[in-house]
Amino acid sequence: MADKSPVACVTCVSRGGVCDGKGIQTLKDGVWASNPISIQILGICSALAVTNRLENSLVMGVALIFVCVGSNLFVSLLRNVTPRRIRMIAEVAIIATFVIVFDQILKAYYWEMSKQLGPYVGLIITNCIVMGRAEAFALQNRPVVSMVDGLANGIGYAVVLAIIGFFRELAGTGGVAGFQILSLDWYVPNQLAVLAPGAFVALGFLIALFNWLSGANKEENEGSTP
Amino acid sequence: MTELSPFVILIAAIFTNNILLANFLGMCSFLAVSKKIETAAGLGAAVIFVTTATTAINYGIYHHVLTPLGLTYLTFIVFIAVIAAFVQFVEMFVERFSLGLYHALGIFLPLITVNCAILGASLFMIIRNYTFWQSVAFGFGGGVGWTLAIVLIAGLRQRMRYSDVPVPFRGVAIAMVITGVMAMAFMGFAGMVRIQ
Repeated sequence: MADKSPVACVTCVSRGGVCDGKGIQTLKDGVWASNPISIQILGICSALAVTNRLENSLVMGVALIFVCVGSNLFVSLLRNVTPRRIRMIAEVAIIATFVIVFDQILKAYYWEMSKQLGPYVGLIITNCIVMGRAEAFALQNRPVVSMVDGLANGIGYAVVLAIIGFFRELAGTGGVAGFQILSLDWYVPNQLAVLAPGAFVALGFLIALFNWLSGANKEENEGSTP
Repeated sequence: MTELSPFVILIAAIFTNNILLANFLGMCSFLAVSKKIETAAGLGAAVIFVTTATTAINYGIYHHVLTPLGLTYLTFIVFIAVIAAFVQFVEMFVERFSLGLYHALGIFLPLITVNCAILGASLFMIIRNYTFWQSVAFGFGGGVGWTLAIVLIAGLRQRMRYSDVPVPFRGVAIAMVITGVMAMAFMGFAGMVRIQ
């Protein structure tokens, strides 16, 4: 995929920078070509912490989409009036506001889930994806495109979380979201998968899989960390 | 929770509930700096100091300002502001009084503001209803545990240079697997003390 992306970029530009073309490209980049977790290795704290069950992963994905879209929109709207020196604080304040809104909604309507996710909803504030998109994209782009970018990165994050959550819950309990997939007659649930080590190993293999699929066998892709 | 002595919490935060290996906090900067032992230790020292201090400050603010005023929904934004302000303050202080330390620690300080381990320690403190000394012990232990994990893994990653890792695994992927193995090793401490 990595060798194709320059071509895609050229076609996008040759179209004369049509607005929706850029939007779609932005969407594709965020979900696949520069997926925040598996390619850019951002925001993995929560990717590891909440993926012991599929349900948790999905809620966390929704949370991140919400926060990312909202914060990108407002950072972009305010980009011309924010003094450069204090932009970080301004970004953090915007992000924190959206996180608080989501946390309050979760507490009001979905208390059980709120208990399970614990501090990790609050930790979206320090999630490098949201901050990174605000800093790298929303500060230079128009509000609508920024929202698309936030949406794309949120979806990219949510998809990876769902994949990890699915496999960890499957390996750890033999079923997913209440459905028993692997019969317990012969399958012995591997508790390790839902515990901490399973998370690290699962993400490690997922990143390796993405590297393998995209042929990105970079000698030193360690430099891509925030 | 109140019956746990701060010492128990300190030990638990370092070994059984290691903030990095059991709670996955501080992963971002962990991957960035766990390539050399010296940098890992430098950032670790900064994290220990900042977590200890900010849990103490946030404890005071949460229990003596936010709770009496009924403003607990502002917790996140206040905590992150306290952490950012504190880091800024430490940076200015260190720059003014110890230039050597500033150069050793300087580049790490801005990184710390967005280190989830710091905010995470404060949030766990609220969720688990720690008392003041328990909070301080948890903040300190969390910082020490984080440092311990990152230094250990930096040591391993330095050696990785000489091993023949499968191509797709090179870089971050193998680091994650190593961390998984390390987390498994730390699970061996699980019988020692329990919190939560």
